[in-house]
Amino acid sequence: MQEHDLSYVRMEMINAQAAPVSEKSWGAWIRKNLFASVTDSTMTLIALAAILYFLPPMLNWLFVSAQYTGTDRTFCATEAQGGIQPNDWAGACWAFVGSKFEQFLVGRYPIAERWRVWVTGLAFFGLMIPMLTPSVPRKGLNAILFFGVFPVFAFIMLYGGIFGLEVVETPLWGGLMVTLVLSFVGIAVSLPFGIVLALGRRSNMPVIKSLCITFIEVVRGVPLVTVLFMASVMLPLFLPQGVTFDKLLRALIGVALFASAYMAEVVRGGLQAIPKGQYEGADSLGLGYWQKMNLIILPQALKLVIPGIVNTFIGMFKDTSLVYIIGMFDLLGIVRLNFSDSTWASAQTPATGLVFAGFIFWIFCFGMSRYSIFMERRLDTGHKR
Amino acid sequence: MASTDISGDRGSASASWFYDPKVRGIVYQVLVFAGLVALVWWITSNTIENLHRANIASGYDFLNSRAGFDIGQTPVDYTSDSTYGRAFIIGMINTVIVAFAGVLTATIVGFLVGLGRLSHNWLIRKICMVYVEIFRNIPPLLVIFFWYFGVLSVLPQPRDSVDLPLGAFLNNRGIFLPRAVWGEGAGLIAIAILVAIVAIFLVRRWAWQRQMATGQPFPVLWTSVGLLIGLPLLAFIVTGFPLTWDIPELGRFNLRGGLQVKPEFLSLYLALSFYTAAFIAEIVRAGILGVAKGQTEASYALGLRPGQTSRLVIVPQAMRIVIPPLTSQYLNLTKNSSLAIAIGYPDLVAVGGTVLNQTGQAIEVVVIWMVVYLGLSLGTSLFMNWFNAKMALVER
Repeated sequence: MQEHDLSYVRMEMINAQAAPVSEKSWGAWIRKNLFASVTDSTMTLIALAAILYFLPPMLNWLFVSAQYTGTDRTFCATEAQGGIQPNDWAGACWAFVGSKFEQFLVGRYPIAERWRVWVTGLAFFGLMIPMLTPSVPRKGLNAILFFGVFPVFAFIMLYGGIFGLEVVETPLWGGLMVTLVLSFVGIAVSLPFGIVLALGRRSNMPVIKSLCITFIEVVRGVPLVTVLFMASVMLPLFLPQGVTFDKLLRALIGVALFASAYMAEVVRGGLQAIPKGQYEGADSLGLGYWQKMNLIILPQALKLVIPGIVNTFIGMFKDTSLVYIIGMFDLLGIVRLNFSDSTWASAQTPATGLVFAGFIFWIFCFGMSRYSIFMERRLDTGHKR
Repeated sequence: MASTDISGDRGSASASWFYDPKVRGIVYQVLVFAGLVALVWWITSNTIENLHRANIASGYDFLNSRAGFDIGQTPVDYTSDSTYGRAFIIGMINTVIVAFAGVLTATIVGFLVGLGRLSHNWLIRKICMVYVEIFRNIPPLLVIFFWYFGVLSVLPQPRDSVDLPLGAFLNNRGIFLPRAVWGEGAGLIAIAILVAIVAIFLVRRWAWQRQMATGQPFPVLWTSVGLLIGLPLLAFIVTGFPLTWDIPELGRFNLRGGLQVKPEFLSLYLALSFYTAAFIAEIVRAGILGVAKGQTEASYALGLRPGQTSRLVIVPQAMRIVIPPLTSQYLNLTKNSSLAIAIGYPDLVAVGGTVLNQTGQAIEVVVIWMVVYLGLSLGTSLFMNWFNAKMALVER
């Protein structure tokens, strides 16, 4: 009836307009993230100046001026110091790292027997990588091989004494090998032992509870150096005459006990975060104590504290460097030992060796922390608050 | 009727005491206790026998005998004729010095870096991230070595010292600073500082009460700064500038005068502070991120400026999250100061190690270590617990 219907209904959507150029160009990003305000601009400029001041000399020292080849200290020393470099030269001495590389890996392990270390290392990484990759099947078998068979295999290979393998005493062990042995054993011992301690601390039995609390608090209250000293000077006093412990074994006991106390506190945090209803639910189903813990509580609690557990692992990996103080030569110790090697002693050797060792430690620790983030995301079942 | 049946069943089911958790608990505890007693007895008898054979008298009498070794850094009087007990005290003071300086620096650097990681500025954010990721993932001992062997020991000889501004020198024997020599009447300045602190405390209380009563804010911060700088300055002028500087002078082979900060202390201090700062930065970041976004929005809605928002709303709440892990970082720093032994800074562990080698009193030395470190840990935790309780949420 109405002739002129003035209402207007749009039947199709307008295409989304492109953002204004001033909002999406590089310039906009820079303005927003670097020069948003006066304070921001000042800070950016200061930071840029600092980078320009520090980074080029650092890169220069690390790569450009660095000496990559050479056979002795003369390659890394200035003429005034009796070398071949100009007097104002300063650069990393990678030739030192190159010539000592194998020693940094295995220490003073006899050269003829080093293949045993390589085989063990190959087995280690060959079992660890599928263990850590979620998509690889047969995790159970892998775990048995890694935590059950591999330690025996590694002991036989590294120490020898059976199957015609020559015995290599542990004082000859060193380098990254010792670091990895200490960390592997530390991790394998401290997790179960830490769980037991944490359960003990939350137990209803007063004797066990106070025992666990005393152990945890005393160990956490003192530095690892003290614990290592204790393991190296007091353990021999505690044992009957004639019974001696290997030095490496003593360090292992010290590191493992120390890490267990920290692990116990991490696990306790997880146990406390589980709602009481879960405990009561398990009780009402008629589960016994160990069934309750193994099937209901620990799987949830441990998942909650993965970051804490991995942090403890990282801390322990870094702490293994302390065995240097009781006279063992792990990666850091062997690098440190080589500073005094007269063939290579120069002003640049210590810094180069330490940068190298730091890089190796960094790769392992950074890898562990990234893996823990990955695992945390994967295991996240959405129950987190 | 059914209920009587059930209760009857229960009566018969509990027949076997073997399955009673209470009985089992007691049995387990008795077994563990007996095992522990046996272990302690075994260890003690072995130790007594070993000590007897090695001809070492147990007990703490050795603390009174002559030490016979020198210590590199002696904050209180000590010579090689002093006793072992005094050596231990020196070691303890040195531990406290480096731990205290380290905690102070680590806190400042850590807070700055932690805030930097949350900055809107991309460059600052990335620099802070790189710093944290590098220092968190390398062992502290390596950082100490890096400073000691990599940087400080390759500095020039004292003869060719690097001139720093303000009359300071840098060489491979450490850093030489001008030393302040306080003259007559300097005590008045210290008194002025104490008076200023008390005055600030009173002003704060008065301002708080006035704001509660009238709503009028009072510029407490600027008043405090003014008091803290002004009063000592006034005392300084009144007493006639009783301050001279003992500036280090370049001699033929070494520097004379001034205040020498040794490379051992410097390496340990720098390494511990920068290592721990990376962890503190992460704690601070987590603390600030842990405050709900609604708090910021609500305070903006109330009309608070960004500065006021962070000072009055965000930081007080973030502190509650930050303090407990911060405490454990302080404790870690204190414990890590025992790494001093690796470069020869005479802290408690280094001094104790020397004493141990000289006397063979392993058990006594380790007990002293444990007691001191446990005491330090306990002291720090008590203080931080008090601080935490003060900051904690007051709920009705």
